[in-house]
Parts: sequence; structure tokens; C-alpha cells
Amino acid sequence: MTDPVAYGIAVLALLVAGFAAWHVVRDREFGNPLFYAVCVLEIVLLVLLVGGSIALSSTSRDVDGILFVSYLVTMVVIPPAAVLWGIAEKSRWGTGVVVVAMLTTAALSVRLLGIWKGAYA
Amino acid sequence: MPDRGSSSRPDTSHGFGRALVAVYAVFALAASARSIVQLVTEVESDTVVPYALSAFAGVVYVVATFALARNHRRLAAVTIGIELVGVLSVGLLSLVDPDLFPDQTVWSDFGMGYVFIPLVLPFVGLWWLRHSRIDAPRRPAEA
Repeated sequence: MTDPVAYGIAVLALLVAGFAAWHVVRDREFGNPLFYAVCVLEIVLLVLLVGGSIALSSTSRDVDGILFVSYLVTMVVIPPAAVLWGIAEKSRWGTGVVVVAMLTTAALSVRLLGIWKGAYA
Repeated sequence: MPDRGSSSRPDTSHGFGRALVAVYAVFALAASARSIVQLVTEVESDTVVPYALSAFAGVVYVVATFALARNHRRLAAVTIGIELVGVLSVGLLSLVDPDLFPDQTVWSDFGMGYVFIPLVLPFVGLWWLRHSRIDAPRRPAEA
């Protein structure tokens, strides 16, 4: 769990958020390109869940394990939840849901790094 | 219920409300998960009140999310009202007497730890409830 990983994921989430926001502004419906973008992020988050869990078990750092893993799991759950909630809405706000979810994912990624470094202990 | 287009559909969970429910869901999760962690791992006799308040905030967000998602207007109005009072009073108290809240809650410092979204959210929520009413006139000539 390093700075490039956490900020890289945050930037990726912000990029998807920007793409979703473009849909909102242009009044586009939920389309395949956005869906694939969310899928790419989801795969990265699944890798983060596995990698983060392994890193947690092998680190000598004093990390709050329960909090750390709960963040990892939450980050994995958010994108599919947003797609399910947003795709049923046939207006620009369906993709607005994705904007909210991606901004949340970015924020969680940065906070995850803080938990790893013990910044909130 | 007739479909009146995405911008004026009277259901609180459609149109803009779709995204609003998503924001509420995030705060329902953030506030309740945080308070569960606090109550399980950190609670001591002198911190029961702030942690209980934190849990209360979590419940308020959960109920507000449910109410908005299922179009329960009265329940939504009540919980968002409580949310507004909560963020204003806790925000003020946490600035006046920081010792009262030894640990962060979503409402501390008017939600500064959450980029002030907790402060803005109830106003947006109440606006949306008013805006999405079935009988909302287009432009009422108010006295």
C-alpha cells in the first residue's frame, strides 16, 4: 500500500467521475463506454482488495486491520451498487449516481492510505 | 402514476433524486459504519454521549436514505429536518467546546471532514422534497 497505488486509484476514479459527469452535462444515458470504464475500475479495486489484504497480513506496521479491510470491501461494493441504482434511471441523473460513487471511491482511496499510515490513530 | 418526464416526476427517487439518494446512501454508510467501529472499539464511560450521538446521526441518514428512495415524503421531511438541526447544533457545539466531541463525527465542525457536504445536504434534500411535489405549481404567485 503505497502513495502511487492510492493516488493512482483516486485519479482513475476521478477520471471515471469526469466521464460520468460529461454524461450528466450532455444529458446522455448510461452507455456501454461508461459501463466498461466502471468495470475497469472495479477490477482494479478487486486487485486492491486482494493485494491490500496480503499487504496487511505481512506488514509490520501498526494498521487498524478491521478499518482497513472494511474500507477495501466498501470500495469494491460501491461501483456495482452505483451501476445497479443508476442504470434503472433513464435520465441524466442515472449517470449522476456514478459521479457520486466515483468521487466517493476516490475519497476512500485517499483515506485508505491514511489508515495504512496510521494518520487517524 | 402518470409519467410526467424526468424533470417533473413526482417520485423523490427519480430524476435528480436518483443522485441525491446515492449521496444520502454514502453518508448513511459513512456515519453508521464509523459509529459502529467507535461503539465496538473505542467507547468509554466519558465518551458515551458523543458516540451515541454519532450513532444517532447514522440512523438519521439511513432512515432519510430509505425515505427518499421509497418516496416516503413525510418521513423524509422529518429525518432531513432532524439532520439539519443535528448538523447545525453539533457543528456549533463542536466549535464552542471541542472537548465535548473527542472524536470526529460526521457533524463535527459542520461536517468539515466531509468537505461540508453534511451541511449542504439537508438544504438540498428539503429543496428537492419541495421541488418534486406532485402538486408543485410551475411558478407560484406567492403572497
